Amino acid sequence: MAAPRAPLTLPLTALFAAGFVAPLCVLLMLSLAAGDDGSAGLTLAQYARFLGDRFNLSVLGSTLLLGAEATLVCLLFGFPVAWVCARAGARWQSVLIFLVVLPILTSVVVRTFSWIVILGRQGLLNQILLGLGLIDAPLKLLYSEAGVVLVLAQVQMPLMVLPILTVLSRLDPNLADASRALGAGEWRTLWRVTLPLVMPGIIAGCILSFAASITAFVTQTLIGGARLLYLPLFIYQQAVGANDWPFAAAVSVVFMIAVLLVVVLLNGFGRRYEKHV
Amino acid sequence: MSEQTLVMPAPPLPRRAAPSFEAWSLRCVFGVLAALALVFLVAPTLVILLTSFTATESLRFPPEGFSLRWYAALLDADQMQAAAWNSLVVALWTTVLCVLLGTPAAIAIARSKSPWVRACDVLFMSPLLLPALAFGFAALIFIHRLGLRPDLPLLVLGHVIVCTPFVLRTTIAALTQLEPSLLDASRSLGASEWTTFRRVTLPLIARGIGAGAFLAFMASFDNVPVSLFLADERTEVLPIHLWQQIENNLDVRTAAASGLIVLLTLTLMVIAERTAGLTRQMR
Repeated sequence: MAAPRAPLTLPLTALFAAGFVAPLCVLLMLSLAAGDDGSAGLTLAQYARFLGDRFNLSVLGSTLLLGAEATLVCLLFGFPVAWVCARAGARWQSVLIFLVVLPILTSVVVRTFSWIVILGRQGLLNQILLGLGLIDAPLKLLYSEAGVVLVLAQVQMPLMVLPILTVLSRLDPNLADASRALGAGEWRTLWRVTLPLVMPGIIAGCILSFAASITAFVTQTLIGGARLLYLPLFIYQQAVGANDWPFAAAVSVVFMIAVLLVVVLLNGFGRRYEKHV
Repeated sequence: MSEQTLVMPAPPLPRRAAPSFEAWSLRCVFGVLAALALVFLVAPTLVILLTSFTATESLRFPPEGFSLRWYAALLDADQMQAAAWNSLVVALWTTVLCVLLGTPAAIAIARSKSPWVRACDVLFMSPLLLPALAFGFAALIFIHRLGLRPDLPLLVLGHVIVCTPFVLRTTIAALTQLEPSLLDASRSLGASEWTTFRRVTLPLIARGIGAGAFLAFMASFDNVPVSLFLADERTEVLPIHLWQQIENNLDVRTAAASGLIVLLTLTLMVIAERTAGLTRQMR
């Protein structure tokens, strides 16, 4: 009989209790505190201030939209990459994964800096497009939402590819063969057999890349510039620039709840989907 | 609802040419999308690497001329060097603590089904999903409430919390692939729990721990959202220093520092691949 395992979690649990749960509780308390010292009762005033203002709500909305757009681009390109990876031999598979994880392991500041060189008015991409005669004047890619989505998709792509690849490589190839033997074409097999079976990996990938995209502070500020405001920069401005900690705390709590809601929603969708299959 | 999946519509009569065209079209579309994605994934790394060797003061690509002058200029960049040193110290401490705290927790999570351990698993993974910037801010408030000021040890603890999930994931994956009969054999031969762990379990999961340690190191070295709140002028870390450089004045020295980081990352990745089988641990 093996020894009980639960005590092994104690050191890390202690660290998380003191360094993660406690700070988040303090954050919540500060956001609800009526007085400056946090002792004079509770109020929802900070939340009303955030949720009652159309501009603030639009920042929340555009942050969530940004995450959704980046996640979709990740999926559009990430699924084919995982599909090719799963079919490659062991050696090529290692090379492909190496290339896929390269961006996420390279410093985010470095990656973003590189995109500035590529996306600038006289950057590489505009040079290529002008050279091919596809455009007449340089496109404004830097400091645009399209630019932020593009860069986020590159940065978070591994988070989409890896979970899909894990599920794809465990898939029983007989299922797809059976579908083909029954006369379904490749596209139909992909749509009706492979995709539903890979759905858990897709959901996991979507959750990870969504969560990472909306909090990507460096990418959002450097590629989006100061005029495109998303929640992380908003919280930073309120906390450090305006020194308004209670309000910044309330916005942080709203931000976390919004992320959790999206995660729970996607998870629930995945569960329901699994039941259908 | 499930009828749709159970009752297949009558299959069209297989024709000779159609299936091969279909297979070809699927492969073509996916191949092209994957190829585009790979160019898209790798191009920025190559661009910054080539730009860092420019001989001029502009960041235009392709670079005009080739030189190491900006790398030489890094030798005089005192602030940047101090920031790089801080980052290295923080990342090393973070990695050590992540492994020491994460490995036992991973063993419990992989082997136990008790609700307490399940809850711990969710808790330890949540930093991956929750906005790290909100956590960084919460940690700053908490530290102020305790009457402390942010310093290096607290910065390390903050990093440990956001980097532990990486060690946990790869170590748990390695543990679940472990053959339980090996552990039974060791015990039945009279080895104690501790000896079994040291002589059987640890060598077999070492690659998983190694890959997780590498990921934790890179995540800490690269962390901005937590450092933004917990680092001050004395403990300024490299990514924040570079971020401010890029925001304020696009200096080619920053490109050289970036090139250096890319080269170091590539080297470490190759080492991690050779020693810990990085790409196999991440699957």
